[in-house]
Amino acid sequence: MNFAIFYLTATIATLSTAMVIFNRNAVHALLYLIVSLLSVAVIFYQYGAPFAAALEVIVYAGAIMVLMVFVIMMLNQGEAAVAQESRWLQPRSWIGPAILSAVLLVQLIWLLGGDGGEGSPNSVGPKEVGIALFSRYILAVELASMLLLAGLVGAFHLARQRKTDGGEVEHAD
Amino acid sequence: MSASIWPTLLNIFGVLTAAVLLAALLTWGERRLLGFWQDRPGPNRVGPFGLFQVIADMIKLFFKEDFVPRFADIPVFILAPTIVMVSMLLGFAVIPVSPAVGVIDLNVGLLFFLAMSSMAVYSVILGGYASNNKYALLGGLRAAAQTVSYEVFMGLSLMGVVMLAGSFNLREIVLAQQDGWFILPQFVGFLIFFIAGIAESHRLPFDLPEAEHELTAGFHTEYSGMKFGMFFVGEYLSVILISALTTTLFLGGWLGPWLPPAVWFALKTGLLVAVFVLLRAALPRPRYDQLMHFGWKLLLPLSLVNLLLTGGILLWLQQ
Repeated sequence: MNFAIFYLTATIATLSTAMVIFNRNAVHALLYLIVSLLSVAVIFYQYGAPFAAALEVIVYAGAIMVLMVFVIMMLNQGEAAVAQESRWLQPRSWIGPAILSAVLLVQLIWLLGGDGGEGSPNSVGPKEVGIALFSRYILAVELASMLLLAGLVGAFHLARQRKTDGGEVEHAD
Repeated sequence: MSASIWPTLLNIFGVLTAAVLLAALLTWGERRLLGFWQDRPGPNRVGPFGLFQVIADMIKLFFKEDFVPRFADIPVFILAPTIVMVSMLLGFAVIPVSPAVGVIDLNVGLLFFLAMSSMAVYSVILGGYASNNKYALLGGLRAAAQTVSYEVFMGLSLMGVVMLAGSFNLREIVLAQQDGWFILPQFVGFLIFFIAGIAESHRLPFDLPEAEHELTAGFHTEYSGMKFGMFFVGEYLSVILISALTTTLFLGGWLGPWLPPAVWFALKTGLLVAVFVLLRAALPRPRYDQLMHFGWKLLLPLSLVNLLLTGGILLWLQQ
């Protein structure tokens, strides 16, 4: 593992994640989130998980974020939303969570400093991931699929066209 | 170190330069082919066979006013056209042109291509959003929905090939086709992938994001000069990339008798690019809802059935 590249990527990930929080324009914040996901994918790849890296880009950066950008575009936020965001970013509203997260960060550093072992250098290919998913973690996969199915049915129910009493078709709200 | 780095650099710059030049050349090639199929000459005035039309177009694009509307979201507006160029050129990195030519031999090469093609979507969406124009926004929305939907079964249709080859590595997939091209056992997969490829590169007949009869020019309404040029070249790059990948996955890549491997690869890819152009010449554009219905209600179940059958038959053969 190349440490220079790792630290560079990690810095990009941290900075872009911070920009997600502090940026006042929703679309720009989402773009920073995409950059953050991409740099996390690079880190996955460096740690010997190319399959996880590829899925991170395809699923998170390529599909889920597209849908989020889609929704933000539909909402068509303008200057008013930016002004509202800057009102929300007053110190009064973020200082509490910031202190709590700082405590968590200190804990994390303390834990990581404990044995500080280097990540195992062996590479995990798609086949190993598949075998692990469908043998050891089969229960988790099944539970996740049930949850997703419930979400799918819910989305279908919300978007379904309903017949009103007059026989007209209208969108359910 | 320095002895081994030169072939790599040559490979990288060779493949990238060839990709960009071919994409530029395709802007002329497509119009000539369209002309041929529509019984008219096409651009034939500038240079031999009108070949210098490409240069003339390029000069025109470079010297046009590069206008950025004041109401646009300027950083995103400028960023958008670069994304499609960058991601499509990165996509070419995993294409194995011949045993010796190819930038990187990634063991998740196929997934890398899918990742790059899903990143290219941002170009259209962000271009549509940043223009701050209703036509562009509608084009961007259509592009987002269309590409996200077609990506799903683009990935699914390829899994049959992955099962047959037992690898995501594109070189191993080519080598696995020595006994027979995958287009025969995976004909359904081939059709679905090719259709999804047309939708991903939003070419006619699936160019709803820029349907000029209802959206002026869709997502690139506000773009001019070389920024428009990058969208334009990016589209041709994606046509070549999809054709090259179809060649690799279904048509045996560089495999073929007598001729050198790279020539076989170029011939097969060129044939598929011509099919892209022929589809544009022959087919009318569907309505947007028809496009979505076609995708979700026909192609998705079909690709799932294909996946199920391929897996079942493979298991049966192994017993």
